[in-house]
Amino acid sequence: MAYDKFTILTSTAVPLPIENVDTDQIIPARFLKATKREGFGDNLFRDWRYNSDNTPKADFVLNDPTYKGKILVGGKNFGSGSSREHAAWAVYDYGFRAVVSSFFADIFKGNCLNIGVLPVQVSPEFLQKIFDAVYADPNTELEINLPEQTITLLATGEKESFDINSYKKDNMQNGFDDIDYLQNIKGEIQEFATQRPF
Amino acid sequence: MSKTLFDKVWDSHVVRKIEGGPDVFFIDRHLIHEVTSPVAFLGLKSRGLSVLYPERTFATADHNTPTINQHLPVADPLSANQLKQLEENANEFGIRHWGLGHQKNGIVHVVGPENGITLPGATIVCGDSHTSTHGAFGAIAFGIGTSEVEMVLTSQCIMQPKPKKMRINITGSLGKGVTPKDVALFIISKLTTSGATGYFVEYAGEVFEKMSMEGRMTVCNLSIEMGARGGMIAPDETTFNYIAGREFTPKGEAWDKAMEYWKTLKTDADAVFDMEYTFDGSSIEPMITYGTNPGMGMGISKAIPTAEEVEGGKATYEKSLGYMGFHEGEAMIGKPVDYVFVGSCTNGRIEDFRAFASLVKGRKKADNVVAWLVPGSHIVEAQIKEEGILDILTEAGFELRQPGCSACLAMNDDKVPAGKYAVSTSNRNFEGRQGPGARTMLASPLVAAAAAVTGVVTDPRTLIEEETLELA
Ligand code: SF4
Repeated sequence: MAYDKFTILTSTAVPLPIENVDTDQIIPARFLKATKREGFGDNLFRDWRYNSDNTPKADFVLNDPTYKGKILVGGKNFGSGSSREHAAWAVYDYGFRAVVSSFFADIFKGNCLNIGVLPVQVSPEFLQKIFDAVYADPNTELEINLPEQTITLLATGEKESFDINSYKKDNMQNGFDDIDYLQNIKGEIQEFATQRPF
Repeated sequence: MSKTLFDKVWDSHVVRKIEGGPDVFFIDRHLIHEVTSPVAFLGLKSRGLSVLYPERTFATADHNTPTINQHLPVADPLSANQLKQLEENANEFGIRHWGLGHQKNGIVHVVGPENGITLPGATIVCGDSHTSTHGAFGAIAFGIGTSEVEMVLTSQCIMQPKPKKMRINITGSLGKGVTPKDVALFIISKLTTSGATGYFVEYAGEVFEKMSMEGRMTVCNLSIEMGARGGMIAPDETTFNYIAGREFTPKGEAWDKAMEYWKTLKTDADAVFDMEYTFDGSSIEPMITYGTNPGMGMGISKAIPTAEEVEGGKATYEKSLGYMGFHEGEAMIGKPVDYVFVGSCTNGRIEDFRAFASLVKGRKKADNVVAWLVPGSHIVEAQIKEEGILDILTEAGFELRQPGCSACLAMNDDKVPAGKYAVSTSNRNFEGRQGPGARTMLASPLVAAAAAVTGVVTDPRTLIEEETLELA
């Protein structure tokens, strides 16, 4: 599915300094019964966000009006576990357009890129700086500049660059996806398929 | 240039390399199930695309199916709708579909190998991270997201950068009561849940050479739990004997030709890995997890480590132990157990039930334990009955349920209640994985059996008599 174009995102951030946040936490399995991709944002971090009687847990960051924005900042090894793309959909559907961490699990990272959420990997030190800055001033803004591949703490101007392969970068900037690409080389794929033994 | 097993299989599937980008990677066989495929089909339809090679995709219903009364209509309307959509999509696009009640139905990673869909040198993907299971045959197999399911359906390819290569060697042999599950939990405890992120793993060394196909599947299955995209083991006689004659394996001349190729699927002697680990098999003991990710595992006779002894932040560690209701320095042996779950694509095959039965034979299920024994497929279920294992289980006070993912992810009704402790042979002990608030301890079928008959965490070695050892 083609998605919104991504170039420069300037926003406040929501801090979640927990390590190894797995996709079962991002969206628990019992909410995977839907057959459309919209609506998962309501259950993003469901069991951290709500008590079993569905009342909000006051101490969870998404229930704290102090923190808001389009950037989610997570601890190391974000998105581990299940391959469910629903986790990326939930992050997107809730309103986040970028996730920042010092380390991402592979499949989650790929899923984000495929649906137009930008995973931004920074050094552990810079991640700590972001957490510190956001806790010191929840209105502090981050700028994520995809063309330049930089992330900047606007208050201080401190910045770091991040990696993304040029193909994916191009896709994100233009709102293309892999299916567009694959459709264009179908003949080459069919030719290749005739060579496969099984 | 010398190549690893992984290089050989990967390179032969690259349709096109993109400068500064991923490879266009050809997929031989694609498995789908009801949970991660509906949106992919929706995408296809909205773009007006078709399925390029329907014969390369196989559909089974497993994640969301009940494990009792499968002959009745599925009660939960949302689950029923997903099952119906899978069937309709499969029919519409000409895809083979093994739905609920079909004799070949079962967990996607159990039915693939069982029916010869899984072959050495093949590439296999599925919208489920434990697709790594199929690497046991020398295939490149890994989990994908739903956008990629859509790509495979419509183009039989996905776009993937080639991962780095890691080899894990386990030398020597395993001690009494130590199973492939323990080997995997041991490795993950050493590497942590992110230790192999960005890598594809090859498992090598004597322990794997001697291991059965089913054991190899258990180990490769858990590769994802240390962050690896997948794991694989070079095919050998054990592999060829296992796949010979299965429904979708090549036959006759095609088999002979395939065998010629398969015999080349080994890492060259001087090939180089980006990372390599070696462990001594005899140092591994039966394992159990004490925390909320699969890397938080320990030898069953040991004490729960302190925050200082483990990698990662103290706050995260304390949150995890707090969730489990455990404390640093405590012993795991003797911890109360409320539920025992034997099943999943990790340990839901016939050897797992043989191992479980070998230990409960002549004993009784503890009264305080609720046990869910869930075969991985109807074929496994039939074997359990044919081999007389069901009689042993019944005699010991256990019941057998019907195949499916069940309490592995608790999407159906098989949910462990909040606060309760489960010893599970599945693959994830994340918070809430087996039901909101459920507390999971991952372990082997033997450890599960020991817990089931004693009602507490118990070292299975203390219950094993010499003659039952071989069965395990
Ligand atoms: S048993 Fe568990 S891990 Fe395996 S396919 Fe089913 S849900 Fe996924």
